[in-house]
Amino acid sequence: MERVDRSSEPPSTGEPAPACTFQVQSLSIWYGEKRAIDNVSMDVASNAVTAIIGPSGCGKSTFIRALNRMHDLVPKTRVEGKVLLQGDDLYSGSIDPAIVRRRVGMVFQKSNPFPTMTIGENVVIGLRLNGIRDQKFLNERLEKSLQMAALWDEVKDDLHKPGTSLSGGQQQRLCIARALAVEPEVLLMDEPCSALDPIATAKIEELIYELKSKYTIVTVTHNMQQAGRISDYTAFFYLGKLIEFGPTTKIFTNPSDRQTEDYITGRFG
Amino acid sequence: MQSGKANHLWRKIKSAAASAVAFISAVLVIAPLGLVFFHLLVNGITSVNWDFFTKLPVPVGEIGGGMANAIVGSLELLAFASMIGIPIGVLGGVYLAEYGSARINSILRFLADVLNGIPSITWGVVVYGLIVLRFKSFSAYAGGLALGLIMIPLILRTTEEVVLLVPNGYREAALALGVSRWKTIVHIVMKTASKGIITGILLALARVGGETAPLLFTAFGNRFWNHNLSEPIAALPLQIFTYAISPYDDWHRQAWAGALVLVTGIFCVNVMVRILTRGRAASVV
Repeated sequence: MERVDRSSEPPSTGEPAPACTFQVQSLSIWYGEKRAIDNVSMDVASNAVTAIIGPSGCGKSTFIRALNRMHDLVPKTRVEGKVLLQGDDLYSGSIDPAIVRRRVGMVFQKSNPFPTMTIGENVVIGLRLNGIRDQKFLNERLEKSLQMAALWDEVKDDLHKPGTSLSGGQQQRLCIARALAVEPEVLLMDEPCSALDPIATAKIEELIYELKSKYTIVTVTHNMQQAGRISDYTAFFYLGKLIEFGPTTKIFTNPSDRQTEDYITGRFG
Repeated sequence: MQSGKANHLWRKIKSAAASAVAFISAVLVIAPLGLVFFHLLVNGITSVNWDFFTKLPVPVGEIGGGMANAIVGSLELLAFASMIGIPIGVLGGVYLAEYGSARINSILRFLADVLNGIPSITWGVVVYGLIVLRFKSFSAYAGGLALGLIMIPLILRTTEEVVLLVPNGYREAALALGVSRWKTIVHIVMKTASKGIITGILLALARVGGETAPLLFTAFGNRFWNHNLSEPIAALPLQIFTYAISPYDDWHRQAWAGALVLVTGIFCVNVMVRILTRGRAASVV
């Protein structure tokens, strides 16, 4: 019910989105000999939430990590095909992966504030390590990022405390603030709520909903209700293949593929 | 019923016997440390006085004098050794943990372990051949180099281990902020592992601080002040060695005192390590 009220922006039919941030073209990813992603093509709409769903091991995380070149770190991983971010090929030889990741931020399944740093330091570390020294600018960005992450009111008096002193849900929002501080164009979220209790989850979901006016968001979730609540578009992955992709309303009410329907209705997965 | 009771008694006896054996073993492990320290204390404490820390050795026959030059010499040697051992050891350990292919790493790791097992006098001989013969002089440089070479594999292995303990999530989080690889390693990974790295450095210093053999034909020893690093220099373990094998009672007393000071110093370093690593289970590394 709630979701219907919210989803005024995305088209309710299967028409292509007006603007897309990512164009993924024939993407395949191998871990050694194993093919984890098999020839996936999809366009990710701008200023919308795209949810990636599917059973464990279907390649959800593998796919999302290809969008900011996190696979570069894993030896023996091979990426084929193209990922265009606003038209720029992320895997062309001339592009610096660090630049890609500055444009495409990421929040992980397990909250991971840096244990040696305070709450404040955690938020601005990305800017600092990218060479920004201006303290006034850092302070402004610190407050702005924490406010966007809906954490400012809870921590504004404790900025000097260790980031790890926060609760699990707060830590995850701190990680979101940290990712937002470098002002990316896209926010990737890899099961951001899977380690959180329902109340903390609700807060993150609300946050995701609010952030999409400024950011393109791609989130992996194994929770279908969550995908239904927060996303405008849903992609269903199974065994490394993109089975179905479209507006969330359509995927959840009238899927065209049998496998999608079986998964969504809980018959497998 | 009866057999059950007997069985219970028998089990209690076995349990008590096992506890007793374990207790005795533990005592046997700790006893030598206590004995050594007690012996050093009894024999050395009377000669540990102000003069010992502030005066030069005196000629044979004269009573008194101290080991000031040897204490300072040891510190100078350790400082020079650190300049070689710490950067190479730490950077090598980081390389093993963060870069390098699995095959090259396993070879490097094996070589480092072999180096750790080389008797320390061998390092003295190597440096004697490389430096002392070439420059035709024993020197503090040569002694420091020998100690530094011993430190490298020690620090390398401990650094590697603690860097590997840093959860991958922190690396990924930093990289996802658009931070370059080397900045991630220096500012996030090494910072997170810094306690462990410092612990490894201190343990290596404690280890080489007591080394005598590698200094025998490198630093050589000196009965006078020397602050020219290209000249032979005194070192506490060397001085202890020289005094201990001498036939003079007064020198023997000084050797005991030197040994007591050396052991106390190394003990202090180890206590520092304990303090640094306290609560390590709770924190990440």
